[in-house]
Amino acid sequence: MTSLASNREMQLISTKSSLQYEREQFRIESNVPHLWALLDEVTDPEIPVLSLWDIGILKDIKQQDHLVTVVITPTYSGCPAMDVIREDITAALTQHGIAQVTVELELTPAWTTDWMTNKGRNQLRGYGIAPPVDTVDRELTHDSQVQCPHCDSHATRMISEFSSTACKALFQCNDCREPFDLFKHI
Amino acid sequence: MTQPSHNEVNRQQDLISYFVRLGDDAIVLGHRMSEWVSNGPFLEEDIALGNVALDYIGRARMFYGHAATLSGDGKTEDDFAFLRDEREFQNYLINELPRGDFAYTIVRQLMVDLYNKHFLQALKSSADETLVAIAEKASKETSYHCRRSKSWTLRLGDGTAESHRRMQLAIDEIWGYSHELFETDDLEKRLINTGIAVNCEQLKALWLADIEAVFNEAGLTIPELTWTVRGGRSGYHTEHLGHLLTQMQFVYRSFPGATW
Repeated sequence: MTSLASNREMQLISTKSSLQYEREQFRIESNVPHLWALLDEVTDPEIPVLSLWDIGILKDIKQQDHLVTVVITPTYSGCPAMDVIREDITAALTQHGIAQVTVELELTPAWTTDWMTNKGRNQLRGYGIAPPVDTVDRELTHDSQVQCPHCDSHATRMISEFSSTACKALFQCNDCREPFDLFKHI
Repeated sequence: MTQPSHNEVNRQQDLISYFVRLGDDAIVLGHRMSEWVSNGPFLEEDIALGNVALDYIGRARMFYGHAATLSGDGKTEDDFAFLRDEREFQNYLINELPRGDFAYTIVRQLMVDLYNKHFLQALKSSADETLVAIAEKASKETSYHCRRSKSWTLRLGDGTAESHRRMQLAIDEIWGYSHELFETDDLEKRLINTGIAVNCEQLKALWLADIEAVFNEAGLTIPELTWTVRGGRSGYHTEHLGHLLTQMQFVYRSFPGATW
């Protein structure tokens, strides 16, 4: 007999989704790998452990002569970090001698947390934020169970569906009593 | 080189106007919600209100930003938000009503969020690819907004006698502003014919069914209709919009071109 708990455990195992695989292939096939590597140093200003690549908002880098065009996609419409991210990208590339940088915002296809890399998910967990895959609930309720990033318990409760940023929800662990953020699935 | 025909110019102007009015709806409501920041009933809710406000303001930037691109005359999103006067704004009146008490804010939000749920769903089938892209993005957020508005409506409608009283009072005061959401003017009719705009008239039954379901569960009732207010899409506003704009536009107009 499979208990509910072990069902959850099984579903929580992070495997590489087809969306992640497609992204990785796209990057591997790029003819400017050194530029991708440069931008691995640029992180999300709100969650500094996550690179723009790992969070999934970096979509494309193109070079034509001296002009480098970076394509990113916003997480949430109102994410105030997007302006800072544009500046950080430009600064990182300029620092490495690229004089002309354009950052383009692409709305479609809309960003999804499914694009976050496995490395990113692990880093998020290590940082104290539960990645979206740590709950099986797509529609959060106050009883939603999320694996606590501090003690791994699943006995949790949702305090607020909106936390310090739009992309997170606030939870508390009933076992270790610590509050923590869940990066919401979208 | 051939000059664009008169019709083409008009079509382009219609499209810009449509983007601008959708931006107006979003920025006015986003600004109203932002007034709750540091005034929320408790910290988590304060943050939630701020987050939802940001989503709306973010939408306004997408709509205005594209209107600016289409205009092609050097205008930016800021020109639309900060340099137009009251009569030029074409937002629905429901968005500009003062924030009221928390019950009032939640009732307005439930009505608008559920409206957006159906509106954005329909906008995904627009013939304009930018509208489709914005709709795809925004509808994901709206599903979060709807859940929050609904859960607060249940909690307050079915809460204490006082919370119930305030919720019902808010519904009675706001209801007359909801009808305008389902009317189309000449601009929208022209754009509906070309497959660009949403035909809002078709959304009313869907919206009403959603509202009724939530109200029934919350023990709240839809008032008998005795009055209707309209005018937002033609630039006729309540006295509240002018006050909102003075606050929202003051810094930009006093210090043109200021950045930080």
